[in-house]
Amino acid sequence: MIKLNAKWASYPYIIWMILFTILPLLLVVYFAFTDGNGAFTLDNVKQSALYIPTLANSVYLAAIATVICLVLAYPFAFIMSRLTFSKQKMMSMLVMLPMWMNFLLRTYAWQAILEDNGVINTMLTAIGLPAAKLINTSGAVVLGMVYNYIPFMILPLYSIMTKIDKSVLEASSDLGAGFFATFRRVVLPLSLPGIISGVTMVFVPAVSTFVISGMLGGSGNYLIGDLIEVQFLGNSYDLNAGSATSLMLMVVVLITMAIFNRFETEDSEEALV
Amino acid sequence: MDQNKKIIELKGISKSFDGEQILKSIDLDIHDKEFLTLLGPSGCGKTTTLRIIGGFVTPDAGDLMFLGKKINHVPPYKRKVNTVFQKYALFPHLDVFENVAFGLRLVKTPEKEIVKRVREMLAMVGLSDFESRKVDLLSGGQQQRVAIARALVNQPKVLLLDEPLGALDLKLRKEMQYELKKIQQRLGITFVYVTHDQEEALTMSDTVVVMNGGLIQQIGTPQDIYNEPVNAFTAKFIGESNIVPGIMHKDKLVEFAGRNYECVDGGFAKDEEVEVVVRPEDVDIVAASDAPNTLCGKVMSVLFKGVHYEMMVDCGGTVWRVHSTDYTASGSDVGIYIEPEAIHIMHKSDSSEVKNYGGILP
Repeated sequence: MIKLNAKWASYPYIIWMILFTILPLLLVVYFAFTDGNGAFTLDNVKQSALYIPTLANSVYLAAIATVICLVLAYPFAFIMSRLTFSKQKMMSMLVMLPMWMNFLLRTYAWQAILEDNGVINTMLTAIGLPAAKLINTSGAVVLGMVYNYIPFMILPLYSIMTKIDKSVLEASSDLGAGFFATFRRVVLPLSLPGIISGVTMVFVPAVSTFVISGMLGGSGNYLIGDLIEVQFLGNSYDLNAGSATSLMLMVVVLITMAIFNRFETEDSEEALV
Repeated sequence: MDQNKKIIELKGISKSFDGEQILKSIDLDIHDKEFLTLLGPSGCGKTTTLRIIGGFVTPDAGDLMFLGKKINHVPPYKRKVNTVFQKYALFPHLDVFENVAFGLRLVKTPEKEIVKRVREMLAMVGLSDFESRKVDLLSGGQQQRVAIARALVNQPKVLLLDEPLGALDLKLRKEMQYELKKIQQRLGITFVYVTHDQEEALTMSDTVVVMNGGLIQQIGTPQDIYNEPVNAFTAKFIGESNIVPGIMHKDKLVEFAGRNYECVDGGFAKDEEVEVVVRPEDVDIVAASDAPNTLCGKVMSVLFKGVHYEMMVDCGGTVWRVHSTDYTASGSDVGIYIEPEAIHIMHKSDSSEVKNYGGILP
């Protein structure tokens, strides 16, 4: 009989992770701190400090997109979690429906919609309004991020909210809490783990994206992801510089996540005081 | 209990869900300091009645009055009523202390007073040492106590309890019954208690409201409900009963099982078809004879039930359930005597309600 808790069952994944996650990470660190000849140097890291404004812009746009995703997804996920089971199934299918289509294709579609002669501007001029500058703006980048990543916010929120029993909300109301007090004292703390994982799942890919910014942002919205892409694949190929920039991005992401997780534990401690 | 002071009045309350009428114009007065139990089988409307009082369900018709004021549309958080939920519904992210303090914090009670009142409540329910315990690490009985403390700390005028002991084992349930009754008497708060357990209802209540099919069948003290059931449903639901068809020839004279009996009821039409209800413990086994109010029969089976024996006695085709502390061997020829006071006459029209419920009755 096969024991389901058998250790060996996890080996394939562990091997996979070592080969394709840990080893590449170590390589990134190695290249970041060496020059073309393999000698130790801090030049790459110092040089990547030049890109801090680009990184800041990436963090800024990703943060805006994450907040918009959270604000849109939170009430939606809550309402969805209160529906009947069959309606919940239908809604979660609708949420995932765009993901059945290729990521690039979806972003191309937005390009067609936002272009100077795109769908929106054609309609605007048709009713006599001036055309708007939509494509190649930071707004378009944020829109692309929200559109592509919002399912990753909705799904973890929804899954944690289905675990909030209706009777707990009734108990809160029974004990004197109105709508906002129930939200703040019961729903919000109980859904916090969902918020953390939703924010992580949106912020991390958004901060490192290069497809969305490249296709919707134009040259004015060069993000850290675009930079890394150019350093690895573009005409300014530089393995060591690219590694250093990647490392910087990873450190920023890790710090952000650490701050966020700290916020979670602090908050739950506060609730106990 | 203060009979003169009505706290809650239900006037013609009706409610339907998905086209099915759950409550059919309920009238009920709940008095100050009363322990009132809504008793009935599942689906009888007792929980809906409680949820209407709590504010979680809005009645379709009728008025809900609280101290003389109509509160049909007042939301739960504005009612001076607190609820102990069936599944306790404790806040999983808060510890025992904070669960109990929840209501006090909402009204910005000074911290000192919160600590004092929460500790008092936890002491009353015997959980003083559990203040900082996580609620999901507590046993069912302990969670129940937290739920009770959480509701009572707000000093509600009325405490609503929705089958609060349903999930506990028998021994714990009995303990909690006494404790709840003690708490209710000590605090002098009105309790409205929902249960399907007739024994629980009889043990704890000042007033029992028997419900079935969205209607109130009978309101009375536990003694009234048990000794003077007004219809066959109540008789069958509360305790066990022998129910046989009969004909009321005139006041105090009823015919059933092929002979005339002296009884104490009256007020029926001449020769009206009725149902005769006799409690098994009111049937006495005597020597077979032609004496008045006595039938002859044969003991079919004997079961030992702990406090008493249960004998099934076949008297000319009608089987009587008899409870007695004296053992009579199976196969014996005996007489069964029913005294006039033990014969309860019911109108026949009530029988449909009983049949609807028939499958689940003992």
